[in-house]
Amino acid sequence: MNWTLALPEIVLALSGLVILLAGVMQRRGQAFFSCAMMTLLALVVTGILVVFSPDGTGYGHIFINDGFARFMKVLSLTGAALSVVLSVGYAREMEIDKFEFPVLIAFSTLGTMIMASSGNLMTLFVGLELSSLSIYILCAFARDRVTAAEAGLKYFVLGSLASGLLLYGISLAYGFAGTMEYAGLQQAVRGSAVLPAGLMVGIVFVLVGLCFKLSMVPFHMWTPDVYQGAPTSVTAYMAGAPKIAAFAVLLRVMAGPFGSMTPQWQLLIEVVSAASMVFGSLAAIPQGNIKRLMAYSSIGHMGYAMIGMAAGTAEGTRGTLVYLVTYLFMNVGAFAGIVAMRRRGRAVSQISDLSGLGRTDPGMALAMAVFMFSMAGAPPLAGFFGKLMVFYAAINAHLYGLAAIGIVSSVIGAYYYIRIVKIMFFDAAAPALDRSPVSVSFVSVGMGLVTTFFVVGLGPVATAAQAAASALFR
Amino acid sequence: MHSAIEGIGLAPYLSIGAILLVLGVFGIFVNRKNVIIILMSIELILLSANINFVAFSAATGDLSGQVMTLFVLTIAAAESAIGLAIVTVYFRNRGSIEVDDITMMKG
Repeated sequence: MNWTLALPEIVLALSGLVILLAGVMQRRGQAFFSCAMMTLLALVVTGILVVFSPDGTGYGHIFINDGFARFMKVLSLTGAALSVVLSVGYAREMEIDKFEFPVLIAFSTLGTMIMASSGNLMTLFVGLELSSLSIYILCAFARDRVTAAEAGLKYFVLGSLASGLLLYGISLAYGFAGTMEYAGLQQAVRGSAVLPAGLMVGIVFVLVGLCFKLSMVPFHMWTPDVYQGAPTSVTAYMAGAPKIAAFAVLLRVMAGPFGSMTPQWQLLIEVVSAASMVFGSLAAIPQGNIKRLMAYSSIGHMGYAMIGMAAGTAEGTRGTLVYLVTYLFMNVGAFAGIVAMRRRGRAVSQISDLSGLGRTDPGMALAMAVFMFSMAGAPPLAGFFGKLMVFYAAINAHLYGLAAIGIVSSVIGAYYYIRIVKIMFFDAAAPALDRSPVSVSFVSVGMGLVTTFFVVGLGPVATAAQAAASALFR
Repeated sequence: MHSAIEGIGLAPYLSIGAILLVLGVFGIFVNRKNVIIILMSIELILLSANINFVAFSAATGDLSGQVMTLFVLTIAAAESAIGLAIVTVYFRNRGSIEVDDITMMKG
């Protein structure tokens, strides 16, 4: 048995435990910073190990490591590391500077890595739960704030419901296919001319559960409340790594085991994708709170990313992967801006609080403007290339309607992104915001540069995404 | 080996599983009283899947379903511990765990 396949996961799990121990040994108050740094180091080391990890299937076919898994793992580790950096400057003022915080992010990331590598419905479920359970705690981490507690409670109830439905779907798929392994499922699906109804129902339940984690319409109702209530650095994390992992699982399951029945599930994915894009761009318009606006924006973005999956081709998968890369960078950057929104030591999150930012803090206003234009899909910023690739894949797969809906809704969505730019640069100035911590400015500037000059790195990213996608469609 | 499945077939087990699932889902959405009832409903949903797993495992003679059940039991325990902790935090802030009171954020 080749146990080194899961070396990155093993290293991350053990370092999580060690950091927990180190946190307990230190005095209160100091532990947070050192634990956050150690978590960052662990995430970076894990990332390096992932890049150099070998291809193969191990542990009795429950664990797959291939180009696709590596791509997704590196993405989700990047998202996690950036959110840890964001929380360093932010935690003290939010009174969430306890050493468990970075450790929980590490464990949640471990769950997302296991999901990306799952070769069996059992591994999928265990990874998903590891990731979700940690996030439930993180949401309610600011435990003296009623909004955080409420966000935690809402996310817990609806997330558990989704996990339960997913599990029920897994049980049906297991029963009617006779196995939980992806390879076995693939054979069972290929071998039968008419699929058993139970298997179909099972697949739909699994889809519903995963769409829920991705906050796709019509399973999005938790998203705005949870994004608004949770501490901002947790929201930044939630919008990144877990969604990437859910996409990893969805792409792997739908392309692998259920790949031969693409026509049956394609319509479902198309409808969900179109509904998310339209809803995400319309419902964001009346929002006054920027975290709620970002929630609707992420619903929309998940819809765009799903266009590539609806295409059901390697090209579509490549588009989805590139979209997720651009989404991750511009999203973390935008959340760095939101983390920095503090006035006289108190976090503010209304869009009107940003008014006149172009005069009071030109640097931050410029960074936010870059992220907003990128999310709207303006060339030559990162978001444009992601959208271009998914729309291109959709047209090549003859999904003209879906591509048209996507283009129309991205035009509608541009309205609320550009409105923020207008408020920042042309409205009467509100009192200046506090100076942002160095770590937050670092993330903001770094992501701003990545988003602006993404076109330089587009070639390598697209090549890596192509390799990942072809590993899936082999 | 003579298992109970051979006697009465798979259908009763699956029906009970389906009934528990529906009860759990309705318990979450119809219930307007108490969050604790929601926690109980979530357990019901997980257990309904467990019944399916064990029944299918016995019917097909494949052990992985029973292994899965053990994993699910562990996860369910962790999940309810976290759920109760979050409910406690919520109660300390709000002084109530009525479902109708969970409306601080809307829009």
